[in-house]
Amino acid sequence: MIRYVLKRLLFMIPTILITSFLIYFAMDLAGGDPVNTILPENATTEQKEALREEMGLNDPFLIRYARYMGGLVTGDMGESYVTGLDVFDRFMQCLPMTLALGGTALILACIISIPLGIYTALNQNSWKDTTGMVFALFGVSMPNFWLGLMLMLVFAVNLNWLPSQGAEGPKYLILPALTVGLGLAALITRTTRSSMLDVIRADYMTTAKAKGASRRRVIYYHGLKNAMIPIVTAIGMQFSLVMTGSALAEVVFSWPGIGRLVFESIDKRDVPTVTGSIILCCILMSIINLLVDLIYAFLDPRIKAQYSNKG
Amino acid sequence: MNETMKATENLQEYKGRSLAQETWHRLLKNKGAVVGMIFMVLLLLLAVSGDLIYDWDTQIDYMEMGVARQAPSMEHPFGTDQLGRDVLARVLYGSRYSLIIGVGSVVLGLIVGLITGSLAGFYGGGWDQLVMRANDILYSVPNIMLAVVIVQLLGTSILSLVIALSISSATSFAKITRASVMTIRDQEYVESAYAMGLPTWKIILRHIIPNCLSPIIVQVTLSIGSNIISASSLSFLGVGVPIPTPEWGTMLAEGRQFIRSEPWMCIFPGLAIMLTVLALNLMGDGLRDALDPKLKR
Repeated sequence: MIRYVLKRLLFMIPTILITSFLIYFAMDLAGGDPVNTILPENATTEQKEALREEMGLNDPFLIRYARYMGGLVTGDMGESYVTGLDVFDRFMQCLPMTLALGGTALILACIISIPLGIYTALNQNSWKDTTGMVFALFGVSMPNFWLGLMLMLVFAVNLNWLPSQGAEGPKYLILPALTVGLGLAALITRTTRSSMLDVIRADYMTTAKAKGASRRRVIYYHGLKNAMIPIVTAIGMQFSLVMTGSALAEVVFSWPGIGRLVFESIDKRDVPTVTGSIILCCILMSIINLLVDLIYAFLDPRIKAQYSNKG
Repeated sequence: MNETMKATENLQEYKGRSLAQETWHRLLKNKGAVVGMIFMVLLLLLAVSGDLIYDWDTQIDYMEMGVARQAPSMEHPFGTDQLGRDVLARVLYGSRYSLIIGVGSVVLGLIVGLITGSLAGFYGGGWDQLVMRANDILYSVPNIMLAVVIVQLLGTSILSLVIALSISSATSFAKITRASVMTIRDQEYVESAYAMGLPTWKIILRHIIPNCLSPIIVQVTLSIGSNIISASSLSFLGVGVPIPTPEWGTMLAEGRQFIRSEPWMCIFPGLAIMLTVLALNLMGDGLRDALDPKLKR
């Protein structure tokens, strides 16, 4: 098991190197000349050339990339051309906000979707099932940011119950978290339902019933435990979606997280902030994906055995 | 007696039907899928004939400040926007952008995914490793960030949006194709095709891909829907289709600042996205049940 974790950690290094190289390369091509962004418009050619030399922009691409990655290891990813703030510090400031939003949304999604998925599966083909599934179908068909706009329209503009912009307290978290959470809940409900339906017909469920276990024990202990693996897979696969959803909700509700940082920086053509944030997001995703894989191993002894054999 | 006769009739009916006909027949029994299909056909007709119905300069991209920001009325059923443009006309005309981007990105992703996935599944070994590692790397980049980088590189346009979205579709198609090909590769009929001396590319094209089409068809339908959502999200964030194109996400980005006073500018383009994706999801779910009756409960 430990060897497996080490192997995965080692494998992350080339993944991060390749991803960051591609992103750095693309943004370098796309970014234009930063000197024009920093210096006033009437700067002379000599001033521009001097600044270029000073910033090391005249060096070959590979050398600049190597220097950049060297900085990354020590948490130095350059400064914003626009605000002059340190990119790494800025990202780390925004990260807790995004994690709070994404985490709340994910918990909310699980609270809604897993019971609903079990409930619809147990009442298969009844009106309860149909209602639940229609809700889920609408949920997955809706663009997340639009759901956010509509929630804002109803709860902030018309009813005036909740604030629509900013992050000055837990109250401000409700609408963005609902936006991201409801979209996820729809997806997870569908997975939970079909996973439960698979399990309900299994022989061990009949055996458990025959042995006189209570309905509750049969469903939750024998059923849900076995249905959990596809559900956890589904949740694990959603992290990219949580990130995307949070980014959109942050823009809609002016929540000061990573998504808003990236899209505001794009508007201002602030290349170092965009590049740095995206690379850090990818590293974060790799770590999350690794953690998800490890959680499986603990949930499913079969997977654990597989890892141990392969070493 | 009666039942036996009925069963024989049914049998007669089922005989002589090809698999595609059989699937089609089952699909028609699914109400949701039929509704979805009718909606998509109408939308397709609308998208194709958009230029015949509407004139770009006088009905889609123009300014008529006299009627700006009017609430929905008989004359403007969806109201007008901040420049006095009719929201209904723009929503209907906008269907073509969503469809072009949704279908275009899926087709492009499908071609790339089918080729790389089937080769990886068929040959295994080094090629498989390469494709799967590339997939892993793409998987570690959040889709939206990947799209942002590509759009930054290629500039904001419909084509760069199609390319950006096709990459994430390609990875899922490659995975599905690879898995299906690996299970079919060792079947007897593939071996006999080998024994008959068919070239490999023909075996892949004629015998392997047709047999793993079911999951791919379902995935195509669902991907078009999710790519339409992604495209409108990116446009909403300002990295997709630029204004004044009446793409639904772009319209939402424009209407967003007026949500307090003129909410219809935000409501209708979003409804259009939701209904389109809903129709595609209904079709996708219906196809999944129709293609694999075992799954239907």
